[in-house]
Amino acid sequence: MKPQKSQSSENLGYFHRIFQSIFPDPIIPKSEQERKRYLLKNLILHFRPATIPEKTLKFSLTWGLGGMAVILVLLQFGTGLLLKFVYEPTPVGAYTSILMLQNEVVFGQLIRNMHHWSANLLVLIVFMHMLRVFFTNAFHPPRQFNWIVGLGLFSLVLIANFTGYLLPYDQLAYWAVTVSTGMLEYIPGLGVHLQEMVRGGSDIGPATLSIFFAIHTALVPFGLIILMAFHFWRTRKAGGLVIPRRPQEDIEEKPIRVPTVPNLLVREVVTALVLLAFILVFAMVFNAPLESKANPGLSPNPTKAPWYFTGIQEMLMHFHPSFSLFIIPILMMIALLGLPYIDYESKPSGVWFGSYKGRKMAVVAAITATIATPAGILTDEYLVDLAAWMQGVPAFISNGLIPFVVVLAGSIGFYILIKRKYSATNNEAIQALFVLFLASFIILTATGIWLRGMGMKLMLPF
Amino acid sequence: MPEKKENQQHSTKTSRRSFFNKLWIFLGFVALAECISVVGAFLLPKKRRIKAGNSATIIEAGPVEKFPLDSVTAFIRGKFYLARLQDGGFLALSRKCTHLGCTIPWVTEEKNFACPCHSSAFDIRGEVISAPAPRALDIYHVFIENNVLKVDVGKKIKRTEFRAEQVTYPKSI
Repeated sequence: MKPQKSQSSENLGYFHRIFQSIFPDPIIPKSEQERKRYLLKNLILHFRPATIPEKTLKFSLTWGLGGMAVILVLLQFGTGLLLKFVYEPTPVGAYTSILMLQNEVVFGQLIRNMHHWSANLLVLIVFMHMLRVFFTNAFHPPRQFNWIVGLGLFSLVLIANFTGYLLPYDQLAYWAVTVSTGMLEYIPGLGVHLQEMVRGGSDIGPATLSIFFAIHTALVPFGLIILMAFHFWRTRKAGGLVIPRRPQEDIEEKPIRVPTVPNLLVREVVTALVLLAFILVFAMVFNAPLESKANPGLSPNPTKAPWYFTGIQEMLMHFHPSFSLFIIPILMMIALLGLPYIDYESKPSGVWFGSYKGRKMAVVAAITATIATPAGILTDEYLVDLAAWMQGVPAFISNGLIPFVVVLAGSIGFYILIKRKYSATNNEAIQALFVLFLASFIILTATGIWLRGMGMKLMLPF
Repeated sequence: MPEKKENQQHSTKTSRRSFFNKLWIFLGFVALAECISVVGAFLLPKKRRIKAGNSATIIEAGPVEKFPLDSVTAFIRGKFYLARLQDGGFLALSRKCTHLGCTIPWVTEEKNFACPCHSSAFDIRGEVISAPAPRALDIYHVFIENNVLKVDVGKKIKRTEFRAEQVTYPKSI
C-alpha cells in the first residue's frame, strides 16, 4: 500500500504536486465518508460540527437571520476596504473624496451604495435575529451568556453605523451627528466630558472625523471579529441551535442528526446568494443619500438623528432629556442584559412565544401598545403641557418625573393585570411586557422617521 | 531534627515563592494600569483649547453706535450673535441651541431665535421661551474699550437663565 502511494505522488507532475501540498484532500467531496472528513480538513468549515440536529435546519426556526448577519458583515469588510482606498478622513477632503468616488471611480457609486444599504440592513437583521432568539426562548441556560455577547455585537453594529454616518461629511451627516452626540450632554456628571471625548473637542470638526474614522475602520471590525468568533463558539458549546418544538412537546433526549455537509452548507450558501443578489440589485436601483457639503452655520430643518435613533429622538419630544436620554435607555439596557438571568418559572427553550397562552398574551400586548403609544404621543402633543401648567416647578419634574411615573405605573399595571387575567407564568407575563415595550419602541421610531416634519411637528408623510 | 530543618526550609521556600507570585501579579496590574493610562491619554481630547483672555480669542465687534437698540447682529467668524437690548445693554449669545447643539437663526419678524431641530425658541436675551431647550443660551464676555465693543470667544459662559448682571452697558448711557 505505502510504496504504491508514494510512487503515485512521485508520478505526479510538478505543479500537480504543489497543488496537492496545498489541497491534500478532495476539493469537492464525492462520498458520504469524504463529506464528513471534508468538514474537519477545511479551515473555514472546521468550526462547524460534523452533524447537526435535523430539526434545527427548519427555516422558520432561524429565518436565516444569523447567517445573513455574517454575510452582511463580510460584505461590509469587503466594500469598506475598497472605500478606504479612496476616502480621505478630513473635513476638507471627505466630501470631495466621496464626490470623486461617485463620479470618477469605476463602480464607485455602486460600492458605496452596497456599503450603505447593507449597513442599514445589518441593523435590521441583527435586531430581528435578537427578536428571534428572544421569542424562541433561546436565551435560557446554557445560552444565557451568548445573549449578552449578542447584545455586544448589536452595539458594535450600531456603533459602526453611527460612526459611518458622519464620514461623508454632508449636511445630513454633520447635523445628525451633532444632534446625536448632543444627547450625551445630558448624562449626569460624565456627560460633558464624554461628549468632548467622542467629539475630540467641543464641536464636530477634524478631530471628530479622525476619531470616528478610527473607530469605524479599526476598532469596530476588530471587535466584530473577536465577538463573532466568541458568539459562534458559545453556540457550538451549547450544542448548536435551540431545537424547535411545539408547546406540548417535551425536549428530545436524542434528536436525529444529519451531516452538516451538505445539509446545512447548501442552505447557508443559498441564503447568502439570495441576499447578495438582493443587495446588488437594490444598490443598482437606489443611490445612497448625499446632501450638500456640511455647513456648521446652517442647521437644516428638520434635523433628525439616524433612523435607528429616532425612537430615542421621539422620546425626547415627550420627556425631559434626563429621562429620555439617560434614565429610560439605561433602564432598558439593564433590562435587556438581565433578561436571561431572571428566575423563570419554566424554561420553554425552542417553543415560539413559550406557550399558546404566551402567544395570545403577546398579541394583546402588541395591540395595547399600538393603541396606547399613539394616544400618548397625541395627548402630549396637543392636550397636555405640564411645563406650562406647573410654572415654577423645575422641568425635570414637570416634563420628566411626572410623565415617567405615569408611563412606569402604566407598564407595571399592565404586567400585573395581564398576569392575573391569564393566570400566567412569569415567563409569559415578562414576554408580554417585552412585546409592549418593543411595539411602543417601533411605533416611536416610525413616528420619528415618517411623521415628523418641519420644526419637528407631527404631520402626515405625504 | 533534620526533618524539621527541611520543613522549615520548605516553608520559607514556599513563602518566598508565594511572595514572588504576588509580586508578579501586582506588577502585572501596574503594567495594565500603565497601558490603560496610555489609552486614556490618547482618547482624551487634545488640550489645544485656546485660553480666555488671549488676544487671539478677542473679536472686535465695532463701535457702540453701530448697533441699533433692540437688534441682533450675527458674527459668523466668532460663532455668536451680538444682541443689543432695548435699554441699550449688550449680550454676546452663542449660536448653539442648548438642547442638542443645532445652530439657531435669528428670526427678525418674530423677534426670537428659533431652533430648526426641535423647535426650541429663545428671546433676544437668550432666555428660553419654548421648550425643549433646558436653559438659556450660553454667553461670551463682552467689554467696551474706547467705545469699541469687544467679545472674548475663548470662554463660553453657561447659565440657567437671564440675569441683569450678564448685560454690559456702554458708559455714555
